Amino acid sequence: MPDVKEILQGSQIAGARAIRLIDDNDPKAFSLLKQLYPHSGNAFIIGITGSPGVGKSTLIDALIFEFRKRDFKIAVIAVDPTSPFSGGAILGDRLRMQRHGADEKVFIRSMASRGQKGGLSRATKDAAIVLSAMGYEIIIIETVGAGQAEFDIAAVAHSIGIVTIPGTGDGIQAVKAGILEIGDIFIVNKSDRTDAEAAVHELKMMLSMRNSKGQESHLSRPWTARVLKTIAQNGTGVKELFDTFLAHFDFMKQNGRLELKKKHLERLYFKSLLKDLALEKIELFVQESMAFKETLDQIESGTIDPITAAENVTNDLKITCNLKAIRNLKVRDN
Amino acid sequence: METKHKIRVLIAKPGLDGHDKGAKIVALALRDAGMEVIYSGLHQTLDQIIQTAIQEAVDIIGLSIMSGAHLPICEKLMAMMKEKGLKDICLTVGGVIPHQDIPKLKQMGVSAVFPGGTSFESITLGMNKLFE
Repeated sequence: MPDVKEILQGSQIAGARAIRLIDDNDPKAFSLLKQLYPHSGNAFIIGITGSPGVGKSTLIDALIFEFRKRDFKIAVIAVDPTSPFSGGAILGDRLRMQRHGADEKVFIRSMASRGQKGGLSRATKDAAIVLSAMGYEIIIIETVGAGQAEFDIAAVAHSIGIVTIPGTGDGIQAVKAGILEIGDIFIVNKSDRTDAEAAVHELKMMLSMRNSKGQESHLSRPWTARVLKTIAQNGTGVKELFDTFLAHFDFMKQNGRLELKKKHLERLYFKSLLKDLALEKIELFVQESMAFKETLDQIESGTIDPITAAENVTNDLKITCNLKAIRNLKVRDN
Repeated sequence: METKHKIRVLIAKPGLDGHDKGAKIVALALRDAGMEVIYSGLHQTLDQIIQTAIQEAVDIIGLSIMSGAHLPICEKLMAMMKEKGLKDICLTVGGVIPHQDIPKLKQMGVSAVFPGGTSFESITLGMNKLFE
């Protein structure tokens, strides 16, 4: 197992191995995470999302360059899709970030989505915890990029940039409901193409109609989403984008907004862990039960339909769980 | 949630040769065999390859070399891996590799050599075998 002390000192070898164990869901991963968690939480986490081919990786490459100019220690987690057929993946995002390959203060990690559908992998949040504990001040997470339903990033990032390009149909195809609501900064990349102004205009119009009572009403959000134009390939507009992310960071730090946000994300993290763990336990429990085996036989022989069967088993579960809980309580009383 | 140890492979092209169709096709074949393949592109320095292998916590580095410089490149990379303490990572090489050089590469510590003409099946089998 990688050494916690080495991870906290920023060892890339130890940190990378820790992320690997977590990604593989190794039994040691939980104890490792528990030890690292108290040391995480100081990083500012930026999410970058948008459809495939809009230039997310190239834009991140340019952003790394800006962050390094001001000597920030920066990490990137780039998520690419896992093939649902073979379980394999080609992780090619870092291909566009290779010029930072020899910079020791830059850590780039590719992750495969491994069956998750919300644009991140199950272990992305945990990987961010490791990187934060390693001392990275900025963590950029690049989502898979399938487009319109990648909201998982909103449960992990403090600031979200949504990348689009000019000429995507009626202009708003790439940033419909939901995805429009989670963005803090909107980026029209490849803005040397025709219709860039139209895309900016349409985005601004959509944003003016955005429901401000959405996700962050508890933060009394006076942050007005920005719309910026960039040409990531040659760096045009990237300095402004960098400044805007920093401005958002400063804004978040005022009046305890960032702390509130972090508390909110912490609750979401707890809930998602709870769901994973509970589901795992229940599945194991049910599959070992007699009722489950009997029901399978009944479905096989056609004496029960799958709908009633599922209902019966889960109803049964409720009673069994309660009984177990009571028994546990009694044990504790003794 | 069960433990899933997927094999992670870094496919890299060191040095100056500017031809990566083979490397890309091998990457696809490995993906289809269920591996996670990090493709890092052309013209990689050995420092970049080591750095990527560390950050990505890969099990295998697969070099694609067609320039004829496989012997000095592998020797240097093996030395760098040793220096960094990356003893868990297997180095494999493919590309234009004359048969008489294979024993020399093995002697340096290269785990497997897949010269041009090796079938995808042999490559994926060979890589899987490294972890049996």
